Amino acid sequence: MATRAKGLIALAALLVVGAAGQAGQTTQPRAAAPPRRIVSLVPALTEMLFAIGAGPQVVAVSSYDEFPPEVKKLPRVGALLDPDSERILALRPDLVILYGSQSEVQTQFARAGIQAYVYRHGGITTVLDTIRELGAATAHPTEAARVIRDIQTRLDAVRAAVKGRARPRVLLVFERQPRTLRDLYVSGGEGFLHEMLEIAGGQNVFADVARESVQPSTETLLARAPEVIVEVHTSGMLEAREVADEQNVWSALSSIPAVRNKRVRILTADYLVVPGPRLAQATEAFAQAIHGVRPQ
Amino acid sequence: MNHAVLLDRTHATRPIRTRLTMTLAVFGSLAVVTCLLAPLVGSTHISLARAFDRSIPFSENVDAQIFFVARLPRVMAGALVGATLAAAGVVFQAMLRNPLATPFTLGVSAGASLAAMLAIIFGATLTIGPFSAVPMASFAGATMATGIVYWLATASGRAMSTSVLLLAGVTLNSFFSALIMFAQYLADFAQVYRAARWLMGDLDVGGFDPIVGAVPFVVAAFALFALLPSSLNLLSVGADAAAARGVDVARAQRLAFFSASLATSAAVSLAGPIGFIGIVVPHLVRLLVGVDHRIVLPASALFGAAFLVACDLVARTVIAPVEIPVGVVTALIGGPFFLWLLVRKG
Repeated sequence: MATRAKGLIALAALLVVGAAGQAGQTTQPRAAAPPRRIVSLVPALTEMLFAIGAGPQVVAVSSYDEFPPEVKKLPRVGALLDPDSERILALRPDLVILYGSQSEVQTQFARAGIQAYVYRHGGITTVLDTIRELGAATAHPTEAARVIRDIQTRLDAVRAAVKGRARPRVLLVFERQPRTLRDLYVSGGEGFLHEMLEIAGGQNVFADVARESVQPSTETLLARAPEVIVEVHTSGMLEAREVADEQNVWSALSSIPAVRNKRVRILTADYLVVPGPRLAQATEAFAQAIHGVRPQ
Repeated sequence: MNHAVLLDRTHATRPIRTRLTMTLAVFGSLAVVTCLLAPLVGSTHISLARAFDRSIPFSENVDAQIFFVARLPRVMAGALVGATLAAAGVVFQAMLRNPLATPFTLGVSAGASLAAMLAIIFGATLTIGPFSAVPMASFAGATMATGIVYWLATASGRAMSTSVLLLAGVTLNSFFSALIMFAQYLADFAQVYRAARWLMGDLDVGGFDPIVGAVPFVVAAFALFALLPSSLNLLSVGADAAAARGVDVARAQRLAFFSASLATSAAVSLAGPIGFIGIVVPHLVRLLVGVDHRIVLPASALFGAAFLVACDLVARTVIAPVEIPVGVVTALIGGPFFLWLLVRKG
């Protein structure tokens, strides 16, 4: 059952921001050689490691890692709630990448003299900072700088492509019960999804709510009257008929301009909610969904 | 059989019919007024004139959609679920002779929750008429749990024993809770969050279809409840006393168990397991009107409806546009109020 949507740990981080804590990264420099055996329990950061050329140094990943394809061959050592510290220690890592809330294993690894990098959740700036810090920690600073520059260039291209266009009011849904409008989770006015949405030329209808995720009621959805609804489905690809079914669910709320004007966009891809190196690609997909433009 | 009057020490002065009429008038008005006022209030300000203006097409009338699609179904769901859980609480407490019994004590809601959880994890999308996947699954889970508990309580070949029923129910509850935890552990985060949201209870049903789906079961359960009050009065004194008074104890207990389980199943599949209603409302009502189930049962249903609608009103407005899960509100309001009444009455 857990095989279908394993790319979702990033989403989890988005949702459990309280639990994950704002601890910030605590790289403990040890003036030693760069790490050669990295264990990453954070899929978004695994992606970063591979993007900056530190992939060959990664020896194990979390049970939710799916990207890049190379990780599928690596051993899986648990995740946020169930890190298998015994197996991790047996792999003799010299750097482990953890969530802030995993303080117990962090203490364990510190006692074993293993350096830890603690994931910090935030906006796009945090993502770019994390890439930079991982570059420094793994002796790939130039590649990290290149990845950051690449992301910034692509985001600038999106900004340029939507510049001067009217900014429609957008609702970004990243989770709901299939075939019904219940248990919705949508982007609030904080975090990388909100920032990506704004760069893609949309006005987040929940920009005023200072949270990463909002669970809006039917009344709030009607009252906020989004002009475009972007729905992200990460649990596997939907068939055309299923996409139509999911769009139809919204017809109950026909006074919402997005519904009336048939501007409910269903996007299916796992990278759309990952705060990693592919966020520029996701931002391009948002711009395409909102404005129909695809920047170069 | 009018044995119940004998049991009632506090209010025995007036005939039952007068008291019933008066109580129903008071609690009925409360429920009606609450249900009429609740749709007028919300997180958004709407113009009622516009909401009822037939000259604007419904598909373009935001005020009308907020009123008829968001608020009215929500208030109706609240009234239905509140009435059902409160009445089921009364029945379970009397039948089990346990003041701490709730509609969820015998594992019905845990069975419903486990099945709902599995439907969420496996991404079930089956929809039949007004029933969507998760409510259908939870109803099936609740029915299954009811069947298992009943089978356990009668397996030895004897008549159903309430103490075995209680023990079996409580054990099954823990067992299902463990399975829920296990399912959560295996699930993806997004699924866990959707499931967790379901477990908090939610009356925002987003239309009349889910209510239409639940109503037949609730009506059936209440029709059975109507047969119960006299035997509940005697059962709550004790099975032997009831038998001595000519009550077919086994039959009455079976009827009580299945009707209250059916009611709970319907309520939970509509709105998730909303706690506290089923224990606070019956006790509150007993403190106010005495212990005669001919009065307590309908009064609890009416008061439960008003109470849950009011709690949901708080849930959806207090920190709008964000909401508080209604189960949190029922506990926060219900708990202290109940304690206050308890202390005040001595």
